[in-house]
Amino acid sequence: MHRGKGMKFVGDSRVPAERKPNIPKDYSEYPGKTEAFWPNFLLKEWMVGAVFLIGFLCLTIAHQPPLEKIADPSDTAYIPLPDWYFLFLYQLLKYTYASGPYNAIGAFIIPGLAFGALLLAPFIDRGPERRPSKRPLATGFMLLALAGITFLTWESVAHHDWEAAAQQGKIVAEAEIDTTAEGYALLEANTCLSCHGTELQGAAGPALIDVELTPEEIKEVIQNGRGAMPGGLFAGTEEELDKLVEFIDSVESE
Amino acid sequence: MLNKIYDWVDERLDITPIWRDIADHEVPEHVNPAHHFSAFVYCFGGLTFFVTVIQILSGMFLSMYYVPDIQNAWESVYYLQNHVAFGQIVRGMHHWGASLVIVMMFLHTLRVFFQGAYKKPRELNWVVGVLIFFVMLALGLTGYLLPWDMKALFATKVTIQIVESTPLIGEYLKILIAGDADIVGAQTITRFFAIHVFFLPAALFALMAAHFIMIRKQGISGPL
Repeated sequence: MHRGKGMKFVGDSRVPAERKPNIPKDYSEYPGKTEAFWPNFLLKEWMVGAVFLIGFLCLTIAHQPPLEKIADPSDTAYIPLPDWYFLFLYQLLKYTYASGPYNAIGAFIIPGLAFGALLLAPFIDRGPERRPSKRPLATGFMLLALAGITFLTWESVAHHDWEAAAQQGKIVAEAEIDTTAEGYALLEANTCLSCHGTELQGAAGPALIDVELTPEEIKEVIQNGRGAMPGGLFAGTEEELDKLVEFIDSVESE
Repeated sequence: MLNKIYDWVDERLDITPIWRDIADHEVPEHVNPAHHFSAFVYCFGGLTFFVTVIQILSGMFLSMYYVPDIQNAWESVYYLQNHVAFGQIVRGMHHWGASLVIVMMFLHTLRVFFQGAYKKPRELNWVVGVLIFFVMLALGLTGYLLPWDMKALFATKVTIQIVESTPLIGEYLKILIAGDADIVGAQTITRFFAIHVFFLPAALFALMAAHFIMIRKQGISGPL
């Protein structure tokens, strides 16, 4: 900051009264070699950002963010899994000499050394060389770490039962079923429950809770079938069919 | 009119030097993908910042609906995702952005590492960058619990077991983050919520400010 005799200030402040012109620097000294950050370079960055954002929004539209059923601490059979970027640490803790009595090795010593070395890299790799080929130790250890992370993540993914994982967390609609209703008796009599479940929760066939079809469409499906379900399974009268459709239509989750 | 407002403010606060400082720093050729396409590796840091901004904005909108409570957390997320207009998009941006920020930051770290750009005089900026990495991982870890669904609860139980196994101070650390010696529940979710939306973002902003000030002070490292 310019200081000294003869300086004038705005009022009693420390802001100099002499105004500086708001004129960009001249970059023509090194044409093609460099450019101003604002607005020249930022505009290009903006365009990269726009392309990136389009791709990102396509991802969010194509893949709904997952949500499993509400946490139930009493479910002791649930196999936990962290987010994918923690899988390598999770896998490390499964090995004999990194778990149980050796837990400190897998949970603290190995990750501590790895992340500690990453944090202090500039103080470990102190030479003036910058090219990866000129600092074989730094490059080598980083490649080793990358290989380790890739291997552990791979092992973790390969050993996880993804189908069971998808099943165990599924949101299941539950409804209070009036098993004494006439409609329920008709479902039972016409073997509907063997595929759709005794609580209508679904089994070989889909759940019959919160069915989004109109009564006419339900009737149509019962008579003619849909997908893997054959038609003509219903053996009762037209009147009974109406009652059954009405019952299915009435089953809603809480 | 705008010029007059600018002049009025500038006369009082002398903002022109600040503005020239933001706008007038040259971008060297070797980091400009318009000159060498291979310079796209220099985009990863900027994209990390971009995704971080997306995370902050989408997180702010999520908090308009989210309730950090074992009864209502899951219900509020379910409602947001299935009944609120564009709720699925906002939650999707936050969910996928959390993964993307890790990916971009990882690539940025590798670029800086393999180019040896952390060497003198940039040691401190590397340390701050790695601290940002740790804060991001902690944000991912705490955010994973908040929907309070099955995978959130059981993954957090594992995390807390690992924390508990810390030598000497494990028990205290566990109580500090879980809020109780035995239960992962109401206390845990409010603590993780507070850590996720107040403590860690505060640390993140301070570290990012330090990161950017140091870059402006030192400039980008030269070509290899």
